[in-house]
Parts: sequence; structure tokens; C-alpha cells
Amino acid sequence: MGEPGTAGQKETPLFTLHQELGGKIVPFAGYALPVQYPAGIMAEHKQTREYAGLFDVSHMGQVKLEGADRVAALEALVPADLAGLAEGRQRYSFFTNDAGGILDDLMISNQGDWLFLVVNAACKDADIAHLKANLKGEVTLTELSDRALMALQGPKAAAVLARLAPGVETMRFMDCKPVEIDGTACIVSRSGYTGEDGYEISVPAEAADALARHLLSAEEVMPIGLGARDSLRLEAGLCLYGHDIDTTTTPVEADLTWAIQKRRREGGGFPGAAVVQEQLAEGAQRRRVGLLPEGRAPMREGTVLQNDQGEVVGKVTSGGFGPTVGGPVAMGYVDSGLAAEGTALQAVVRGKALPCKVAALPFVKHNYFRG
Amino acid sequence: MSEKRYTEDHEWVLIDGDSAVVGISDHAQEQLGDIVFVELPDVGKALEKGKEAAVVESVKAASEIYAPADGEVLEVNEALNDEPAKVNSDAEGDGWFFKMKLSDPSQVAALMDEAAYKDFVGD
Repeated sequence: MGEPGTAGQKETPLFTLHQELGGKIVPFAGYALPVQYPAGIMAEHKQTREYAGLFDVSHMGQVKLEGADRVAALEALVPADLAGLAEGRQRYSFFTNDAGGILDDLMISNQGDWLFLVVNAACKDADIAHLKANLKGEVTLTELSDRALMALQGPKAAAVLARLAPGVETMRFMDCKPVEIDGTACIVSRSGYTGEDGYEISVPAEAADALARHLLSAEEVMPIGLGARDSLRLEAGLCLYGHDIDTTTTPVEADLTWAIQKRRREGGGFPGAAVVQEQLAEGAQRRRVGLLPEGRAPMREGTVLQNDQGEVVGKVTSGGFGPTVGGPVAMGYVDSGLAAEGTALQAVVRGKALPCKVAALPFVKHNYFRG
Repeated sequence: MSEKRYTEDHEWVLIDGDSAVVGISDHAQEQLGDIVFVELPDVGKALEKGKEAAVVESVKAASEIYAPADGEVLEVNEALNDEPAKVNSDAEGDGWFFKMKLSDPSQVAALMDEAAYKDFVGD
């Protein structure tokens, strides 16, 4: 039960603050980050669902794409309709490979004369190399490594942030625009990774500590670590790259076709489009689903799923305890014929076949502000 | 007269003659965080020193609990099925895991006493 070493891990601009707040620091995607604070994962999770929580997500990659060909060039690498993305709006998307597999998932927003990309920490070097190698025409890529990123999530997030930056309360889910907070030029999006209303705030590194302290001074806000970030996103049915999606899963298998807009479904023009279009028409052989264990035992990642004949029909890709659900929750892939809600399956946990059911995602209703 | 000993795997063992009650230490529950599930052994199960006897799951992960000695499970704390959080609130009391019959009581006599365990975890 020893602490994993954090030697050699990078620190975010909020590292000193995490230590001051008593954060339990662990290595994560090359960074030293708090897995939890003294309140603990359960309390931090509930805090975010009921009030508001502040997350340091500065380990994620922030990238700026400029140049006349930026939209067409990026559309050649992702299946999102970016030509149809209005200024000040954001879309969820993914880089695909030639087999239709997912290289990473990301957020893309239209900032007027540039595109703002936020990518996963563990993939950011590979993503940037992929972009540099494959963006065609007049496009300039800049990694915004001098910026921190924090997320303020929960039903009280809008009221708290509006006290510092009046007007943000009228932003709609997936709006993303420049906002001045405490005299600092930030980029604020109304989005997150918890299923709750809230914001993600890109802030210059040197201003991050002061802004975080200001947000934490609100009585509705507590700092939240990586542990609750994971349980919150799992209850919200949101994918974690490297677990629920990776190069072996297509967007159709992953049940992410909602993120491929009509023009791109029909027109293709992204890596692996032929595979994705065929699966859109014919269906995929397997599908990502929610799974609800009937007992109390959590079903962790890697747990094998069987049908009533004892044949292997899938496996769990994320699983644990859902504090808001009050019991174990999981998601994973099953043969498409068994993907209907309510289908009874068995999960093999420590050699025992335990009953579970295919369940609708999310496990906890999304609480987004759509205006 | 019972006496309490601790293993290097952070279990406590309350020894009473040839039987013992086993749980995880307060230090261990603090390290694990919020406990959400405990898989207890079946009553009557034969235990082997150092082999898995139970599993405790926090929100984050599952951890194995090892048998502190050879023996047999006499009784388990059924209350943990409904209230696994008892392990957090009272690890060395109401949060006990199981009671076992000791095949060889000398195996547990050699374990750390409370003072030695405190040194061991650096308190």
C-alpha cells in the first residue's frame, strides 16, 4: 500500500496548492497530481454533484491551430463537422486511424480566426506529432504549454463563476469563448467531464494559482482529485481514452456516432471513413454499453462478461463504485446482439460468475445548461 | 486474556487462545480510502498463512487481505455486506472481517505488537 513514486513527474502550475491542500499526490500520465484530498473520493464526488468542485486538468494538452486551411486540414483527421461549427462553439471529436480506430478523443472550438484543441495528457505528444505530420496546406500549430487548465463543475458552478465574471451564467453547454476573470484573459467553455453543469477554464500558467485560490474561497467549492474525476465521468457514461476507447475501437462500436455530424457521415474524408461508414450502415459486431452489477461487488476493468451459456461475450473497460448511484457501475463492450438494455449477463469476478444487466448510459442524468 | 498483534500486510489479529479475530488496521483503512465492498470468506474455509482470505474494495481499487496464520474460518462479520464503511469508521472494532481457529497459535505470537506496528508504519 506504499505511495507510488512521483519522482521525475512533471508538476502543474497548481502543484504547490495541491500540497498545501493536503492532496495525496500520485503519478498520472507523466504528471504529479492529487488523486484525492483529505475529504476523500466519496465526499469529493458528492460535493461535485451537489455543489461545486474545482479540478486541475493542466496536464491536458492545449493546442492552437491558425492559418487559412485550418478547418479543412483538421477535418481530414477527425469526423466532426468543423465547417459547420460556429464561432464560440465547441465540439467533441476524435482522431481516427485508417482502420477507423480512435487515436485520441478531444475538444475542438472555433475561436474565430483559430481553432482551440484540448487533448488527453497521455496522448498529447503523439497527437501533436500526428497533427504536424498530417495537417495539409496553410496551418500553423502552437502548443499552448504556458497555459493551465482547470474545471469548475457542479450545480453551483455558474453562480460561483458569475461572481468573478458576470455573464458566464448565460453561456450555453459547449459555448467556448474568451472571458476576462480577475483581470486575466482566459478561454472559458461551458463543458466538463462529470455530467454536471460547469466550466473548463484555460488560464495563463502564472495566473492559475491565484484564480484557483479565488474559486476555492467560495463556500460552494472544494478541490477535487483524479479519483472522483474518474467516478464522476463513469457515472456520466463518458469514455476514458486508453480504457473505453483506443485504436482497436471504432466510433460506431464505442456508441459515439452522435459526434459524427450528417455531412461527415455522408461525405467521409477522415481516416478510416470507409470502415466507419460500413459500420454505420451494417452495424458493428460489438458495442459499448452500461453494465449494472446486481450485487455489491464492483466489476473492474478487464472483467470478462459471459452469456447464460458461459460463453465469453465481452469485457468491462471501466468499472467501480458510483457514489451517487450508491452501488457498483461499469461499462464495457458486448456482442451487438446482447447490447439491448436489460439483457442479463454474468461477470466473472475472482472466479465467480456474478449477475449483471446491460443498462442505459448515463447512470446519472446529465445536468447540462442548454439555455 | 486476549492480545492484539499486527502483520506487515496491515492486518490486526486479536488472539484469544486458539482462535483470533482479524481485520485491517486503522492505518490501512486510511490508506485505502472509502471502502465500498468487502468480500468475506465462507465460514468453514481453510486458510493458509500468507494466502488470500478476503478482498476489500475502495472506490479506486481492490486489495487482497491475507490470512495471518493457518486455520479455519469460524465466523464472518456479515454487517460489512450492508455497511462496508464500518471498516473506515471503526477498522479495529466493528469493522472486523472474520474470526478464525488457529491451527498453530505460535504463528501469530511472532507478529508485531502495537508499539512495533506503530514504528513499522512510521507513526
